[in-house]
Amino acid sequence: MREGAPDPGLYDYHAYRDRPKLEWPGGTTCAVWVAPNLEYYEIDPPANPHRKSWPKPHPDVVGFSYRDHSNRVSHWRMADVMSRHGFPGSVSLSVALCDHHPEVVADGAERGWEFFSHGIYNTRYSYGMSEQQERAIIEDSIETVQRATGQRIRGWLAPALTHTPRTLDLLAEYDFTYTCDLYHDDQVQAVNVVRSKGGGELASIPYSLEVNDHYGFNVYGMSGREYADCLIKQFERLAEEGERTGSGTVMCIPLHAYLIGQPHRIGPFEEALRTIAADPRCWKARAGEIVDHWRAAQ
Amino acid sequence: MNLPANYTTYPHRHEGYDHDLYEWSNLHTRAPVSWPGGAKVAVWLCVSLEWFPIKPGGPFKAPGHMVTPYPDYRHYTVRDYGSRVGVWRMLDAFRAAGVTASFATNAAIAERYPELIEAVLAEGHEIIAHSTDMNGTITSDLPLDEERALIADSLTRLEAASGVKPSGWLSIARSQSFHTADLLAEHGITYMCDWVNDELPYRFNNGVVNLPLNTELSDRMIVATQQHSAEGWAQMMRDAFDWLAAEASGTGYTQGGGRMLPIHLTPYIMGLPYRIGALEELLADFAAREDAWFATGAQIVAEWEAQQ
Repeated sequence: MREGAPDPGLYDYHAYRDRPKLEWPGGTTCAVWVAPNLEYYEIDPPANPHRKSWPKPHPDVVGFSYRDHSNRVSHWRMADVMSRHGFPGSVSLSVALCDHHPEVVADGAERGWEFFSHGIYNTRYSYGMSEQQERAIIEDSIETVQRATGQRIRGWLAPALTHTPRTLDLLAEYDFTYTCDLYHDDQVQAVNVVRSKGGGELASIPYSLEVNDHYGFNVYGMSGREYADCLIKQFERLAEEGERTGSGTVMCIPLHAYLIGQPHRIGPFEEALRTIAADPRCWKARAGEIVDHWRAAQ
Repeated sequence: MNLPANYTTYPHRHEGYDHDLYEWSNLHTRAPVSWPGGAKVAVWLCVSLEWFPIKPGGPFKAPGHMVTPYPDYRHYTVRDYGSRVGVWRMLDAFRAAGVTASFATNAAIAERYPELIEAVLAEGHEIIAHSTDMNGTITSDLPLDEERALIADSLTRLEAASGVKPSGWLSIARSQSFHTADLLAEHGITYMCDWVNDELPYRFNNGVVNLPLNTELSDRMIVATQQHSAEGWAQMMRDAFDWLAAEASGTGYTQGGGRMLPIHLTPYIMGLPYRIGALEELLADFAAREDAWFATGAQIVAEWEAQQ
């Protein structure tokens, strides 16, 4: 990015009208990818002067144990529902989860899910990191996920959405192909990066804050049924636009098992997945294949 | 501002948790538990009985505490409405449905409103300790000796006023320090309800059982925070029950086994005239289901312990 400039220069402006044609496989019009966040929050993380980890003095019992619900109970409930309706996950992973609870990561890997990095822990923020520290978390992420799953990660969602001005340039240098940190579009878009030390092209894949279960439940206070309705409406609209314009759209369903996997929410969520999966316009895809398909068409 | 070099070192990064309070275990691989009568879902009603001193104190302000400058008549009286009126509606609703509940009770409530405690006990409900009053909050900012004194004081006063020695504990806002579980064990508490990471009881390394009282399913979260109607709340309870009952029979990833639905109620929230009907209907609905077992926290813990 252009550090210090009013426009960070992350990407070029492209009007949504008259976009280039883009066909998704099998005549589908909306690529739907499901992004479970598999996270580990430390109970007693070190302080970062730019952002507080927990609202309460450590241990923040509800905050910590709320997230821990994912790794004891609700991950499998959520994953089972996704598998039942044919949706693979593209996992936003706190890579230290590979060390703390390898069973959770192994379950995703066995289901054929893709992994990308969401930092080491969701309680270690990038704000204030030196270039050396930022390289360390990128290299750690690559090595840790490779060791745990055999996959070379290609994507990034910054830990707790904390960035530095150099993050995107570094990702390109380390041959990442997509970032989930930019929310400016409903289609894959090129990201402007400075590649002083080699590397490849970086793209932005639409993740979503608006239909993220965290926003649905903890920001907008929706019921499980209201959230499920939002997902269906979001899909219907994006599929219809992709069909009408011939330019395939992307819908992400970002999840946290401790939220969507609660017993009063998972039933309505399953109904939403059932509806979306049954629509012939839906391409049930992983993040990497969406980006690859888009890149090949450029 | 730069970060210290050790911000990217991780001394607790190893298999298991970054603490020694309890061990990791995933629910669906544990031996299934069975509830009495072959029920699939243990329905645990837990009512918080809270007295808010008009002058807030303690390490943090409890949820529901005073808001305006002193004297906050508005919030003081609205909360007290729950103990004078709302909770009596709940007691009637429980009696009508023929169900029992746990009452997480501030010691001050037992001292101030003996006729309420008498009715709670006479009608077969359980008393769980719930600190001294709503200023009795706990965090790591509370010095250890003060926390120990707070817990001792809560239990001594509650027992003196109610005549019963509770086996369970609920912290205010479920907030603990790193010492709380040990202090509870030291004072004879056998189970606590603060950690919301599971859907069945499990044991801490110090021997205390944690019985998870789901925050997401509380009337405080759904009605007060997310601002759903009582009918919307009841719909969510039914959705939760249905899912848990199906899971108890076994689904793709689990062989099944007894499940638990904790319903956390607050008298000044669900005990209002326009909301209580939704609770009454829900209780009648669940009480008529063969796969529901209404139980107090102590009963659920006892049943679970007997099968470990």
